[in-house]
Amino acid sequence: MARRIKDAFAGGKAFIAFITAGDPNLAATEEYILEMERAGADLIEIGIPFSDPIAEGVVIQEADLRALKSGTTTDKIFDMVGRLRQKTDMPLVFMGYLNPVFHYGYERFFARCEECGISGIIIPDLPYEEKGECEAIAAAHGVDVISMIAPTSESRIRAIASEARGFLYVVSSMGVTGVRSEIKTDLASILSAIRKATDIPAAVGFGINTPEQAAKIAAICDGVIVGSAIVRIVAQYGTEAGPHIYEYVKRMKEALRP
Amino acid sequence: MSRGRFGKFGGQYVPETLMNELIRLEEQYNFYKKDPAFNAELTKLLNEYAGRPSRLYYAEKMTKDLGGAKIYLKREDLNHTGAHKINNCIGQVLLAKKMGKTRVIAETGAGQHGVATATVAALLGMECEVFMGKLDCERQRLNVYRMELLGAKVHPVESGTQVLKDAVNETMREWAGRVDDTHYVLGSVMGPHPFPTIVRDFQAVISREARQQILEAQGKLPDAVVACVGGGSNAMGMFYHFIGDEGVKLIGCEAAGRGIETGEHAATIADGSLGVFHGMKSLFCQNEYGQIKEVYSISAGLDYPGIGPEHAWLHDIGRAEYVPVTDDEAVEAFEYLARTEGIICAIESAHAVAQARKIAPLMSSDQSMIICLSGRGDKDVAAIARYRGIQISD
Repeated sequence: MARRIKDAFAGGKAFIAFITAGDPNLAATEEYILEMERAGADLIEIGIPFSDPIAEGVVIQEADLRALKSGTTTDKIFDMVGRLRQKTDMPLVFMGYLNPVFHYGYERFFARCEECGISGIIIPDLPYEEKGECEAIAAAHGVDVISMIAPTSESRIRAIASEARGFLYVVSSMGVTGVRSEIKTDLASILSAIRKATDIPAAVGFGINTPEQAAKIAAICDGVIVGSAIVRIVAQYGTEAGPHIYEYVKRMKEALRP
Repeated sequence: MSRGRFGKFGGQYVPETLMNELIRLEEQYNFYKKDPAFNAELTKLLNEYAGRPSRLYYAEKMTKDLGGAKIYLKREDLNHTGAHKINNCIGQVLLAKKMGKTRVIAETGAGQHGVATATVAALLGMECEVFMGKLDCERQRLNVYRMELLGAKVHPVESGTQVLKDAVNETMREWAGRVDDTHYVLGSVMGPHPFPTIVRDFQAVISREARQQILEAQGKLPDAVVACVGGGSNAMGMFYHFIGDEGVKLIGCEAAGRGIETGEHAATIADGSLGVFHGMKSLFCQNEYGQIKEVYSISAGLDYPGIGPEHAWLHDIGRAEYVPVTDDEAVEAFEYLARTEGIICAIESAHAVAQARKIAPLMSSDQSMIICLSGRGDKDVAAIARYRGIQISD
């Protein structure tokens, strides 16, 4: 039985790692996920590549295009996760834009998630108002549709947080994903508003890339999410990225330990 | 279900970062659309600056030549900046200014919407940045320079396929990074709610005038109105005030490019399927895994893989009919209108002219139709020459 999202937050501050499926190919993705688990990652977000990822900065945009070019499809990603499940029971979630999920068919998509132990999905273009689109079908298959909170959410935080499932994805900065040298948002006040509405874990993502940033942010939340920094390593080393990803994730996870 | 639906189409499928801004935009729009001072200012700009009302011209030679229905041309090509795009830009930039914004951003394909946005931004003293696919920048260098003359900064978009859909992606990314002082002047009846409604309302001036003009001209409504459709803003503007008139057929002309069967086209209704993209649920050209397809048309303004949600709905309920028109047919219609009426229209609008040429002869002489001539064709002359194997430098 695969472990769930809540297990990822059970042992202290969670390190959540994102990787684009199929960049540079699915065999490499499978290997890198296992490397990240070995290095201490608590939860992996597997990115389903999309032709037009409007919430991504250039690093993940290019990873999506490389993945699609290498022939990655939703079916092949499910097959990869199936193979991965022979080797690990670690908590896994998907990150993907709505159209590939919609087009696959919600029922069929979430049934396959259940089969291969995917316990959540982050859909950046599915805000609170539209989550009725697939939340019930996902829940019927044990999949949490994870809600996001942005620096501009303000009065919306309460409603979003009180209905959130799995964990809350707190977007650290305006704009798109990508490495940032400084995060200026007043995260403490956002997290305090979240705490008033829910006790499910809140993890912060967008822009985090150094152990120092991770440690500082983790002090006020339950976990940090790192994407572009990992995808950048894959872009640099291609199929030889394993040891580099391992070292990076290990350093980041260590920064979160008390 | 969320706000902004046309049947099952529409909605607000955007990152959380943009939601409060869209809600605020809707509130402000709902306030200003009823505000007499705003409307007075809008009308003044439309009339005195853009040159409205645009003429409804009876194309007598074309009518005689085709030997069927009377043909009227709604001359949006005579507006300032040469297309219907200015109607929406005046409305949205004025609204942005009222909302306290100091900067506007826009996507553009061929450059018509970018030029119109830059024009109104210059007039109303707003900072303006336009995102345009790198390939489109190369194809339409004149429009890039035109925008720069108007004081806008043009960003060539190098991501993805470097055309219109990528320009929309990049403008949305830019907006998500800076909403405080910035309004996104979306150029068509697409995107997340409230854009399809706002753009339709600002373009509806086309049919508001046309309905009155044709009643004055012939004492009865037309039997059909015809317009080209990419995202669908001139068509939505042309259709809107005729939707309630059941006897008026609404015909949208999609770009069939080299032919639907070749796969090289942008005909969303003919070959697309239901999906969610660019903030809306609508019909899109996409593959079996929901990846958005590259589309093609000789007309950069129709080269978009989706269609506005209200069109998808009008199609769904059978109120409007959407037909594919190929590059060949559009180019022939472009040349035909130039020869017959002395009007060089935009290659986009030529798709509507082509459809009119097909159906007018099948109608009787006591019937009539209006073609929305959405833009003028100066921008297309070099491309049409190339299409005919003649090289001229622009």
